[in-house]
Amino acid sequence: MTAVEQRGKAVGAPVDRVDGVAKTTGTAQFSAEHAYPGLAYAVVVHSSISRGQIAAIDTAEASAIPGVLKVITHENAPPMKPAPKQSMVNLSTIVSASSVNYLQTNEIHWDGQPVAVVVAQTSDAAKEAAALVDVSYRPAESFVDFAAGVPSAPLVKGNAFIPTGGKKGDAEAALAAAAVKVEARYTTPPYNHNAIEPHSTTAVWDGDRLTVHDATQGIDWFRTHIAMRFGVPAANVRVIAPYVGGGFGGKGFVWPGTLLAVLAARAVGRPVRLTLTREGVYRTVGGRTPSVQQVALGSTVDGKLTALVHKSVARVGRTGGQSEPITSQSRHLYAAENMLLEQRAVEQDILPTSSMRAPGESIGSFALESAVDELAVSLGMDPIELRMLNEPERDPLEGKPFAHRMLREAYAEGARRFGWSARSPEPRSTKDGRWLVGTGVASAFHPLMLFSANVTVRVSADGSVLVRCAMQEMGMGSATVQAQIAADALGVPVESVRVEYGDSALPAAPLAGGSLQTASVAASVLEVCAKARASLESLAKKAGAATGSSPQEVLAKAGVPFVEAAVGSDTRFGKVAGQLKMMRRLLRDRRYVRAATGAHFCEVRVDQDTGETRVSRWTSVFDVGRVINPKTAGSQLRGGIIMGIGMALAEETLFDPRTGRIMNAGLGEYHVPVHADIPPIDVSWIGDPDPTMPLGLLGVGEVGITGVAAAVANAVFHATGKRVRDLPITLDKLVP
Amino acid sequence: MVEVTIRVNGQDRALDIPPQVSLLDALRERLGLTGPKKGCDQGACGACTVLADGERINSCLALAVQYDGREITTIEGVDDPLQAAFVRNDGFQCGYCTPGQICSALGMLAEHKDGAPSAVTEPDAEPGELTEEEIRERMSGNLCRCGAYNGIVRAIQEVAEPETEEVSS
Repeated sequence: MTAVEQRGKAVGAPVDRVDGVAKTTGTAQFSAEHAYPGLAYAVVVHSSISRGQIAAIDTAEASAIPGVLKVITHENAPPMKPAPKQSMVNLSTIVSASSVNYLQTNEIHWDGQPVAVVVAQTSDAAKEAAALVDVSYRPAESFVDFAAGVPSAPLVKGNAFIPTGGKKGDAEAALAAAAVKVEARYTTPPYNHNAIEPHSTTAVWDGDRLTVHDATQGIDWFRTHIAMRFGVPAANVRVIAPYVGGGFGGKGFVWPGTLLAVLAARAVGRPVRLTLTREGVYRTVGGRTPSVQQVALGSTVDGKLTALVHKSVARVGRTGGQSEPITSQSRHLYAAENMLLEQRAVEQDILPTSSMRAPGESIGSFALESAVDELAVSLGMDPIELRMLNEPERDPLEGKPFAHRMLREAYAEGARRFGWSARSPEPRSTKDGRWLVGTGVASAFHPLMLFSANVTVRVSADGSVLVRCAMQEMGMGSATVQAQIAADALGVPVESVRVEYGDSALPAAPLAGGSLQTASVAASVLEVCAKARASLESLAKKAGAATGSSPQEVLAKAGVPFVEAAVGSDTRFGKVAGQLKMMRRLLRDRRYVRAATGAHFCEVRVDQDTGETRVSRWTSVFDVGRVINPKTAGSQLRGGIIMGIGMALAEETLFDPRTGRIMNAGLGEYHVPVHADIPPIDVSWIGDPDPTMPLGLLGVGEVGITGVAAAVANAVFHATGKRVRDLPITLDKLVP
Repeated sequence: MVEVTIRVNGQDRALDIPPQVSLLDALRERLGLTGPKKGCDQGACGACTVLADGERINSCLALAVQYDGREITTIEGVDDPLQAAFVRNDGFQCGYCTPGQICSALGMLAEHKDGAPSAVTEPDAEPGELTEEEIRERMSGNLCRCGAYNGIVRAIQEVAEPETEEVSS
């Protein structure tokens, strides 16, 4: 690492994105934008009941529309194999979103489940025909009201890598005996990812070989899954996804639209493109679970935490879903003497919930960090001082060391940048005309894992470097940062490095999720570049090249066109070895607690009459280890904060509690933040490398959103004196 | 079917299409111009923004047959310093909303230059500086879920400033 630091110029530099020109000139091709001769268009027909059976399905009128090639239903669909059972031995099984085998059954499990697919020569014909498919149902009684399910929700079973609860001492007794305590119920609504690119698939069969352009966050597991469902070897499936128009977790699983595009292409014997409508995204791609959370904190009169209790209830669909590790941050943030953490989830007749940006910590931190603010108010103590007083030296639950933790430094720097010391602690004490002004803080926390990636590198005599890895790019700047890392590792200019990615024909990479892609790929890029350097050095010796020669000079002197090196392999043996390596790494990593952390500072202005709330200032300081590219990392952190502001103030997926149907399935009625909602977001980081990570970097994709909603709610309390515990903080909750 | 000729990025393009086809679908699926994006097909996200005779429109809410004889500019036909400013200022992440943001910003700058007010323009305001608040208000029809708003605003400010000086001098 020291050598890299000495040699490096690219790591740490605000390099422009390598795909910037493609993305600003319209040449970047997303998964719905690849032309094929004879391309047909598919449109999904959705169930209008949440549970029961299809009684009859009449496709005559739809089939009569000129241009319609086929209306595919459970009565005439080609076969598709059922979803595999989830297993830690074969991790590709975890990308299965639901156990439903679409169009292979007349059973309905959620409102919106696909019941037919219309394929036509043009998209307008397919759309028109889809509206004419006449489905009649035998509805069964369904269970869709989350509030009704909360009291009976069972405990969630955890696994080795995602803990679901925890216990230290007797928290309930300690709480009862505590000198000061706060106890409250917090709720968060369902949210949807709303990547601006709707899920889209273009599927092309050639005999038993398949090419799929799909908006996926995980090319390798996706490929294995598709191959399994359609009964072909994985080697026969090529997945191409160089540009993915936003994911946020919503494109990490294999959702019905993808499977149905592949199925439809097989049924009509032509290339098929299936782009979900925006409504279709809401109805067939799961969003974030709603939650009901109970947090209780007990402390001494001086503010030392004696008890921390955090209990949550989430929901999943009956056919699958993610309940989110909602108490995750509560395990690690405060040195409470006694702790009790518990997670429950209810199964309902809704589409499977899925992972959305920082699953668990996004919503869990809202409850915990609001409660800490409430305790600070009860104690008459500054909320930063209270946090620092309870900042742990080791992991408070299990006593493990932290890999890296500089939350104190983040708060100190944030307070300085934001001007926290000028704050008057009294709620409702600052006014600017009709605006009530308030400020609040909250901690960000996101745990990090490291998976394994296969990478090859070729250093050529013309000075060019080619790095190949089937990683994903959906806005993180993946190719840009890996080019920077490779450039420094090889001692070449960053402009000479090209990175190929987004194609299953390349060496396999892990999914882009859990903020793990950059670090996981970086570890292999460093390893493969070290191998290439070793080859170059032995070549230099043999050829008698001068010390300090560039790779280009060494290759020229030796008369060799290029050197190549590889890490990992995509053979069957190589895959098993890769998985073992990853498991070893994950087990080793369990010796310590590794996480990105941060301190958010928020200023809001609340209209005293209407309750209109505007975020007017924002500062966040993160401990995310070494930052490879301040430009792209800053953007990712800002993006997380902005999604958190949406979560705090406006976003909410409304399920009809009687029917289970989403009532606001569109961007006109589900309000994501717009330009006018977002002030300049001041983002910075400590920059100290994490000793357990390649180059000391910690992923930045998710930590940004954690804690944001609490910082907003705490600022709203400071502005108005009103504690809102139910997100989103809409004006009806604030009007006098 | 209706026959129309639309001038797209400086070239006359003849189409024979059903009347219900949106301008966006005509561009993407019949003319192979996939720069304009489909994010919602409901006029809510702005990813499909193109310029029609220089004015920004949501092409998903426009019928192609309404644009017979009109001039449409998509991102493929844009060659403006704003594009490089977006790259410099990291005014995008995934890139899906970007063509719409850029076309919208170009239309917006022209509107501002023509003195068109926005919801945040004071009634007695002199035409002049394009404040950050004005840009944010005027660009609010273009959603970016990655949250590149700060960079987009900076990119627009960078290219707008020389123009503002021109107006005020």
